[in-house]
Amino acid sequence: MKKEEIPQDPSPLDKFTKEVCYAVDESGKYEAGLSRGWQVKADALGITWQEAKARTEDARKKVELGEASPILFFMELNLMDLSIVSAYTGFWQWTIKRHFKPAVFNKLSEKKLQQYADIFDVSLNDLKTMNVDGIKF
Amino acid sequence: MELNFKHQQAAHCENGVTTNLLQHAGINQITEPLVFGIGAGIFYIHIPFMKINGGPAISFRTMPGQIFSRTCNALGVPVVRKKFSSKADAQKYLDNCLQAGQPAGCQVGVYYLTYFPKEFRFHFNAHNLVIYGKEDNIYKVSDPVMETVTTISAPDLERVRFAQGALAPKGQIYYPKSAVNITDEQIKKAIVKGIKHASWFMAETPVPILGVAGIRFTAGRIKQWREEVGERKGGLFLAQLVRMQEEIGTGGGGFRFVYAAFLQQAYNFIPNETLLEVSKQFTSIGDLWRTAAVQASGIYKGRLTSQQEFNVMSDMVMDIAAKERVAFKTLYNIKWKQ
Repeated sequence: MKKEEIPQDPSPLDKFTKEVCYAVDESGKYEAGLSRGWQVKADALGITWQEAKARTEDARKKVELGEASPILFFMELNLMDLSIVSAYTGFWQWTIKRHFKPAVFNKLSEKKLQQYADIFDVSLNDLKTMNVDGIKF
Repeated sequence: MELNFKHQQAAHCENGVTTNLLQHAGINQITEPLVFGIGAGIFYIHIPFMKINGGPAISFRTMPGQIFSRTCNALGVPVVRKKFSSKADAQKYLDNCLQAGQPAGCQVGVYYLTYFPKEFRFHFNAHNLVIYGKEDNIYKVSDPVMETVTTISAPDLERVRFAQGALAPKGQIYYPKSAVNITDEQIKKAIVKGIKHASWFMAETPVPILGVAGIRFTAGRIKQWREEVGERKGGLFLAQLVRMQEEIGTGGGGFRFVYAAFLQQAYNFIPNETLLEVSKQFTSIGDLWRTAAVQASGIYKGRLTSQQEFNVMSDMVMDIAAKERVAFKTLYNIKWKQ
């Protein structure tokens, strides 16, 4: 990559920082330069989020239809999978799958619910009602 | 309290932390490309049957901690590295380091990292930063992917130091044990060691998912994706590949440009023309990775949909693998003693 070819496309990176890229100058010598972002990778990030959003919406519908508990919704909202939820809460994966059932969820102790609320960064009440301001992303 | 620590931005987090900590320890000649090359950070693996975020498990970088360890080891710098089971102990140890005037490298997860914007917060646990001060329970942070220094509260830092899941950091902390003086002769030796290691790994390991063979494996898989999981999901898989290759922290082109820069700097220590030649090869290989990323983006944006387009992508990656094999073989075969 030549120095003048370092991409400077608007991207989510704008909210954060410019990033260092290594590129060659006219004499072929490598130098560090700064990039504002690259459309190609901004798109890769974008569709990854779209997919996450679709999964979260699916989960929300399932909860509203009574097919799943809010734990499933918050797991998707937080881009987690069973292994990550299990690692943070200390529950076995099959236990968490049980908690996905509305009937089991409704009987969970405050203490267990609080463990979920903590890793999902919501209050107990919001955990039960799925009351988050739309989708976080 | 704030230690006198020079923050320098880098393309990749662990390179940056290693460079900044080593410079702090008195090794003024060290740069990010040198650290990346000496630490043999260039890498490739495609783990079959495993998924990361529902996509292929591909990595262009070594295991976290390796670049720091290998670089220090090759330069003969003694290292302190600690993991903790207790959060209180982890914080106490960090505070003691700061009291003793030692800035400390920490491995953290990015999901709960407060100063990262939401868009970049995934469950990725191999980020690295340096803590260089503390005031009123707020830590001062030198995060090498950022242009300037930042801060994080003590509870927030604890949370990211004890992020959970794959590659959980377990409060890991590391730094060079003492200030050192390194001669150019030692750097030369370390460069040779790093090149030998990386070129052996990339071109010679007899495992079909590692190094250049791993790139060929990915190329083969790309051809199947459309049939196996469909256009849309196949596109998502390609987006994941592009993110591993280009996302913040790679310097672009899957680290190939950083490696090319390393070979150029290596030449300043060891005037062997082959290094410059191979550096040029890696520049064009990096460009090829980026051209492949453009093709991939056509697919994941839904503009290119036919099997033919997946085949083109696959062929591009296959071509890259062939060129990398030549480049790494050339490095592997350099006769260092003349």
